[in-house]
Amino acid sequence: MAENIKMVEAPAGFSGEGFFATSLDKVVGLARSKSLWPLPFATSCCGIEFMATMAPHYDLARFGSERPSFSPRQADMLLVMGTIAKKMAPVLRQVYEQMAEPRWVISVGACACSGGVFDTYSVLQGIDKVIPVDVYVPGCPPRPEQILDGIMKLQELVKNEKMSRRDSPEYKALLATYGININ
Amino acid sequence: MYSNLSFIPILIQFVFVAGFIATMIAISHYVGPKRHSKNKDANFECGIKQYGNARIPFSVKYFLVAILFVLFDVEVIFLYPWAVNFRDFGVDGLWKMAMFMGLLLVGFFYVLKKGALEWE
Repeated sequence: MAENIKMVEAPAGFSGEGFFATSLDKVVGLARSKSLWPLPFATSCCGIEFMATMAPHYDLARFGSERPSFSPRQADMLLVMGTIAKKMAPVLRQVYEQMAEPRWVISVGACACSGGVFDTYSVLQGIDKVIPVDVYVPGCPPRPEQILDGIMKLQELVKNEKMSRRDSPEYKALLATYGININ
Repeated sequence: MYSNLSFIPILIQFVFVAGFIATMIAISHYVGPKRHSKNKDANFECGIKQYGNARIPFSVKYFLVAILFVLFDVEVIFLYPWAVNFRDFGVDGLWKMAMFMGLLLVGFFYVLKKGALEWE
């Protein structure tokens, strides 16, 4: 029997004889963070690293991403991996807009974060010019461990997010700066 | 021992299940948050613009294969009870089933001669 097994802590709450009371935000945050279904938007080499991440050795599925979906309607997080050209930017924006709330974006790799080495006329210098991004994973390409670290940081973000954030005026203002007006 | 009335609990269970499903769908439809925008409600075309209608004309050979399958499958369904009661029907039943299948065989020959099953 191993001695130092890391146990997951329960969220802060009031426990009694046979029950445990906590706030709905915490429970929903916990559930959401441990079951983030990715939408792999893989265009370049970072997509290959993502394939390695999904493969059994690094296994993204044990973080809850059991079902990658290529339809935005059923995905929670958009993983943009690879160089996004300026021609691809409206496609990316459309896919992001068609995702259902709550949705998060991870930009994997230098090209998605800032254009990478390709500072040319055809490459979009960072996807945060067209969509709001939550986590940036640098690297060219990042190792699967780095991608997993980015997803774990996103899990922290998701766990601590209030359920009412998507209705708040700040979020609407953020989307409005990208020209996405959803009511 | 078992009358017809003793199956009423199953009916009640069925009503509960159907009611539960309907209630859940109705609650999520009326209470669930919705967000709409022109781009969001458009059909998902992998991010590109949607052109035209998805309903285009297609070859009739698919329809013919499907409809002929349905017809002959119904014939096979008639064969199953006969297979179960084969001995009880006896020679009389054999002659009647042969007449039934003969009629359908005439239809089958018509289909073959007309070339309805030609794929190209």
